[in-house]
Formats: sequence, C-alpha cells, structure tokens
Amino acid sequence: MNLGALGINFAYVISAALFIFGLKMLSSPATARKGNLISALGMLLAIVVTLLASGLDYKWIILGGAIGGSIGLFAAYKVEMTSMPEMVALFNGFGGISSLILAWGAYHQHPQMSPFLAAIAFVSAFIGGVTFTGSMVAFGKLSGKISQQAVVFKGQHIINGAILAGAIGSAAIFCAVPGSWVGYLFFMVILLIALAFGVTSVIPIGGADMPVVISLLNSYSGLAACAAGFVISNNILIVAGALVGASGIVLTKIMCKAMNRSLANVLFSGFGTKTATSGTSDDGPQGEIRPATAEDVYYILEAADSVAFVPGYGLAVAQAQHVVRELGDLLEENDTEVSYAIHPVAGRMPGHMNVLLAEANVPYDQLVEMDDINPRMDTVDVCVVIGANDVVNPAALDDENSPIYGMPIIETHRAKTVIVLKRSMNPGFAGIQNALFFGDNTRMYFGDAKASIQALVAEFKS
Amino acid sequence: MEAVYLTFVFVLAIFLGFELISKVPSTLHTPLMSASNAISGITLIGALASLKTDSPGFAAFLGTLAVIFATINVVGGYAVTNRMLEMFKKKDQGDSK
Repeated sequence: MNLGALGINFAYVISAALFIFGLKMLSSPATARKGNLISALGMLLAIVVTLLASGLDYKWIILGGAIGGSIGLFAAYKVEMTSMPEMVALFNGFGGISSLILAWGAYHQHPQMSPFLAAIAFVSAFIGGVTFTGSMVAFGKLSGKISQQAVVFKGQHIINGAILAGAIGSAAIFCAVPGSWVGYLFFMVILLIALAFGVTSVIPIGGADMPVVISLLNSYSGLAACAAGFVISNNILIVAGALVGASGIVLTKIMCKAMNRSLANVLFSGFGTKTATSGTSDDGPQGEIRPATAEDVYYILEAADSVAFVPGYGLAVAQAQHVVRELGDLLEENDTEVSYAIHPVAGRMPGHMNVLLAEANVPYDQLVEMDDINPRMDTVDVCVVIGANDVVNPAALDDENSPIYGMPIIETHRAKTVIVLKRSMNPGFAGIQNALFFGDNTRMYFGDAKASIQALVAEFKS
Repeated sequence: MEAVYLTFVFVLAIFLGFELISKVPSTLHTPLMSASNAISGITLIGALASLKTDSPGFAAFLGTLAVIFATINVVGGYAVTNRMLEMFKKKDQGDSK
C-alpha cells in the first residue's frame, strides 16, 4: 500500500467515525439536526479524499455529480411532508440501483474473478436489483399510482420460489465461469431476475403494511452497498452499508412487533384481502352509532380538562396537520391539557405522524408514545381519533378471532369520551369493523378531517 | 486474508449499528430512515473510484450512471433529513416562530 492509498484509508476511518457520531446524535430531537450535519460532513470527507486519487476521469464525475446533485436537491426541497414515505422509497431504490451498477461495472472491468468475489458480486447485484424495483412498486403504491391493495394470485408463492431458485441456479453457473461469455450471459440473466423479483415480492403487500416494507428495503439498500464494498474491497462501503443494513433491520423488527405479526406474515400473507371477504358482513360488531355535529363536539372539547389526539393515515390524506395544531392551541388557551398519542405503525412509514405534526409546529414534547399514554388513559377526558382505525380497534385486545388480535393498540375506548373523525363507516385496512365506533362513550363526527376540524376551530373562535 | 479482514469489519459494524439504532426514539424514525438512506449513498465512493481515465467506454457509462443515482441519494437524502429535523422543536422554541 503506497502513501496515497494509506492516507485515503485513514480518511475513511474518520468518515466512519463521523457517521457513527451522527447516528448517535439522532437519538434525541435536540441534537438530531447537528448529528445529520456531522454525518454529511463524514460523507463529504470521504468524497473529497476519493477524488484526490490519481488517474480519475473527472469529466464523467462532474457530469454525473451535477445531474444527480441537482435532481436530489430539487426533490428534497420540493417534496411535501405528507409525501415523505414515497420520497424515502424512491431514494432507497436509487441506492439499490447504484449498487447493482457498481457491481456490474466492477465485473465488466475485471471479469476474471475468484468464485468468492463472483458470489459477492452476485449478492450485490441481486439485492440492489430487488431493492430498486421493490422500491419502485412501493413508491407506486404509496403515491397512489398503482393500487394500494395487496395483489395476490394463485400460485404466487410457487412463482416467487421458482424465480428465487432460478436466481440461485444462474448464480452457481456465473460463479463457476465468471471469465467466459457464458458467465457474462448468466450475469445478465441474474440482473433481469433480480428486477423481476423486486416487483413480484412487493406487489402482494398492502398499503398499511408499507412501514415494514420501507424499513426492509432500507435495510436491503444498505446491505447491497455493503456487498458492493466487498467486491471492490473498500472498507468505508462495508462499514456504512452495515450500519444502514442494521438500522433497517431494527426498524423492521419494531414495526412487526407493533403489529404483532411476524415478518413472514407481512411479506407473504396478502393481509387485508382474505379477511375483507370473510369477516365483515355477518359477525362484526353491531350497535347504535351516535353521530355528532361540530357544535356538539365543541361543547365536549370545551368542557374537557385533558384531550389526546390520535392521528392516523387519514390525517395525512386530508393534510389536516396544521388545523389540528390550531385546534390544539385553542384548547391550550382554554386551559386544557393537550397531547398527541402516536401508534408506532400509524401512517405509511415509521414516524410518519411525528414528522407531519412537527411540520405543523407541534412541539415534540407533546407527542406521546402508545406505551406512555395507555396506563393513564382512564384519566383522559376526550380522545379525538383522526383518520385512524385498526390501531384503536379494541378487538385487538379481546376478540381472539379477529385478524388483528394481539396487536398493541392505543386504548382510546377507556377514555371518558371518544370522538372519532371519519369520512364514512367503511372499515380500515384490515377489513374489519371497529367496535369502538359503537361504544357508549363514542361520538362519530363524520366528514373530511380537515373540514371537520376547521369547523371546530370556527366554533371556538365564535 | 483480505476477505477475512473485511468480514471482521462487517460483523463489528453490524453490531454497532444495532446498538446505535435501538436507542433512537420512535419520534425520529422517519428522519433516521432518510439519514441512513443518505449514508447508503456511500456507493458514490465506489462509483467515483471506478471512473478511471483508462476505463473503456461502457465501464465509463456504467460508472457515470452509478454516480448519478448515488449522488441523488446522498444529496437528496441529507437535504431532506435536514429539512425535516429543522421542524422538530421544543415548546418554547416553537412559539417564537
């Protein structure tokens, strides 16, 4: 190793340390922003020292950097906070495809690989390809460009199994003879299979399970980068990729736990399609619904000492985060204690609701987690459920036949009064009716969440 | 030997990642994701290093493509994370705006 390469590798160690510091500072909202900047500094350092190496072709680098940089900046400043899940899915996909291309390029330049290196090039290209098309499908589902429903068809598992077996078979041939044209041909086959597998493996997963899928794809994009690092023996790619891979796995585990389902169940069951046809019509909870007008709800809220808002995906759809904050402020002026109770899988990605409420200037110390609010739910006067359904369904606690039985929920039914904002009585993602809506202490306030809350704000101001 | 050394680095980094991420509160999960996404754009380093002056045409094409995608990931990822984290404020800070 000459002096130049030694210097570069030393700089990579510093970059890795900066990434680690940056992630560590993300553990508190107070330091998180600085942490992100430190992590960006680590990236900048790694890029600069890489550019110092001799023999690089700068015209392509400048071209690629200018195109990529302007697209990235444009997207980052244009995106609406409610569209953050599809944005993250899109970026995940780009990370995946760049690992695929990197592995391909490395193989193209040095086809005489050892079987070990060839196997890793396969892993990098395969995971990268799956991440890319999988993320594109997730992006399509989240942005409503393709159906959010789980798409299931007969023999799906068999087809996916066959695709996977085909990939492993091609990989075996490729690893045996990477240097010949046969090896190159099978490498192309692997790329195509990976791209196809990304589509077929994500398409059977429904919209509300997207938090798990995004976390998993996030992890894949890291692991693909990590494998690419092995291919070109670059340790900063391995460290950074492994950190991201671990991060995605941790988030995936948290999301699965919050739904009380295994990862296999999320990925393969086509949840929300079977239950919708079997359960709802006959044996769902029945009872009397008590609708309320804006005036009724105003009197209830006006008299309350403590109010907890429980937001769900409906809040994001209606873009109601700003009016909710306005209502919260009015309640506080009225000496009511206001908090926002957030279920871990509310919305379409981990922490989705927190970001929306932060955008509306809700201070983060008012955001409470499920495990903090449930023990003191009996003392809450009014729970206002905004566009959430399955995450407040008491069937998860007491109905063993319910498909969501065992899922931890925000136990709003134990509050003194529950106000549910909803557009209609349609069941939520899991396709089951919600006993909460028929409870003695529940009032249904129908309408678009944003318009409904605006009406309440108007009542308070008059 | 090189492979063993790289695997060693990999395993330690995975454990470190688990430790670090487990401490992130759920409030920050979205920024965490987009930040880690930006970090996964580290493939940019590999893409840059692959663009040698003596690279044949097709390899240069692949390298440029990889640079484009990875740069979107890095620049976009850090910028959007910064934009999100700017919005997280405590109560007294929030009122001043």
